[in-house]
Amino acid sequence: MELAFIIEKFALILVIFVISLTIAAYSTLAERKIAGFLQDRVGPNRAGPGGMFQPLADGLKMFFKEEIIPTESSTALFILGPSLALFTSFLGSAVIPWGQDVEIAGRMVSLQITDINVGMLYIFGVVSLGVYGIMIGGWASNNKFSLMGAVRAASQNISYEIPMGLSIIALLMSTNTLSMKEIAEQQHGINWNIFYQPLGFLIFLVCSFAETNRTPFDLPECETELVGGYHTEYSGFKMGAYMFAEYLNMFLASAVMSTLYFGGYNYPGMDWVNEMAGSVIGPFIGMGVLILKIFAFIFLFMWVRWTVPRFRYDQLMNLGWKILIPLAIANIVITGIVITIFEKL
Amino acid sequence: MSISLFYFVAFLTIFFALLVIFSKNPVHSVLYLIVTFFTFTLHYIMLNAQFLAIVNFIVYMGAIMVLFLFVLMLLNLNEGSIGSKSNLLKMVGVIAGMCLIITLVGSLRALDTSDPLVLQTQDLGLVKNLGKVLFSKFLLPFEISSILLLSAMIGAVLLAKKDIKQV
Repeated sequence: MELAFIIEKFALILVIFVISLTIAAYSTLAERKIAGFLQDRVGPNRAGPGGMFQPLADGLKMFFKEEIIPTESSTALFILGPSLALFTSFLGSAVIPWGQDVEIAGRMVSLQITDINVGMLYIFGVVSLGVYGIMIGGWASNNKFSLMGAVRAASQNISYEIPMGLSIIALLMSTNTLSMKEIAEQQHGINWNIFYQPLGFLIFLVCSFAETNRTPFDLPECETELVGGYHTEYSGFKMGAYMFAEYLNMFLASAVMSTLYFGGYNYPGMDWVNEMAGSVIGPFIGMGVLILKIFAFIFLFMWVRWTVPRFRYDQLMNLGWKILIPLAIANIVITGIVITIFEKL
Repeated sequence: MSISLFYFVAFLTIFFALLVIFSKNPVHSVLYLIVTFFTFTLHYIMLNAQFLAIVNFIVYMGAIMVLFLFVLMLLNLNEGSIGSKSNLLKMVGVIAGMCLIITLVGSLRALDTSDPLVLQTQDLGLVKNLGKVLFSKFLLPFEISSILLLSAMIGAVLLAKKDIKQV
């Protein structure tokens, strides 16, 4: 392994880490601003111009609050819970292709941390790992409501992983690869997968709402029934870690959906722009486009949160097992038939 | 390098597997089991079997989540509630375990380890090659095992279903 490779990857990891942190921090502000907009009020506007420094103020508050660890709980696991939740939500962005290759000083630098050939499954695995943070934290709190929230999170996660996986299988059948980079490359220009897999995208979208525990599927922290759900006993920075993990998961889910279905860094007329801007600036414009798409999805997440009320638990399970799974299987069958017909023609 | 890495990961595997057995709290056991399966994933990655690694990661970790729920729902969560076994049970357990060890060691010794299997292609574990092999050379065993899984699934649904006549 040469030095330039290590430096390049290290810089990329650092940049993506900082970008995800910033976006997650400002998502908290955006959430409150959008809530304010949808409810016809102003939202936070005191800290800095237009409330720009609100995330900083919130972060400081989280740091300086008292950390309470319940006496009857298992301390190590109580700390492990939020740490694991935060840790796993950072892992997924490693396989997202952020742009086309850039040529810097005669080297082709890939704007993707690693291109493993099972990239899509890797994301799937990381998502399924994420619920352990909630599960461990909820169990270690030694509180009925926390445990209820944690059990809900786990069963919800298990249920919605199945339609999510099935909708990915239909996508695989049309792309013929598991590598995120190749999937992004295939959608050059406006050849996006959403036009081939509209139903698959819809199922994936609903499932990602459930996997990130966002409204209307935020039953693990349903405050009308469970006080605060799995994080009832958490305070200070540990509570902040759970909240941050949720926003990071939302960011990751948006990035995955943009890459799988909405072309990732591709946009119509990109060849022309790349020709005009050169081989260094061009890919970064693509990266900017991807981030814009991610913002659009994050806005969708928030829009839904402040529009749709929470599901009841049995409704959630019915939707997952009796509607989404049959739909996803039907989608696979239809995709198979269509592909066979087009190959015969 | 890779040999020492292998020994390190193998040590971790055995260490956490022992912790699964020796921890008194069932929830701690389950958590150690997760770490043990994670080290299996590392072994697969070192064998360059990426697909198997990631499937092991998803399937086993998902499966343990179900186990976690079972532990929470079906077992009494008091510490030490599992340790109270009669001496007869302990003796039977030790004898059974020893039998298993003897069988395993015997079968490993019978294997000719001086002639290690050399992989023809290094990328055998990649998705494409694995899929091609599964759907050409090993099509029959693959389909039979899928039928086995399907029947297990139908059986589970049948068991979970309410008996309409009785209710």
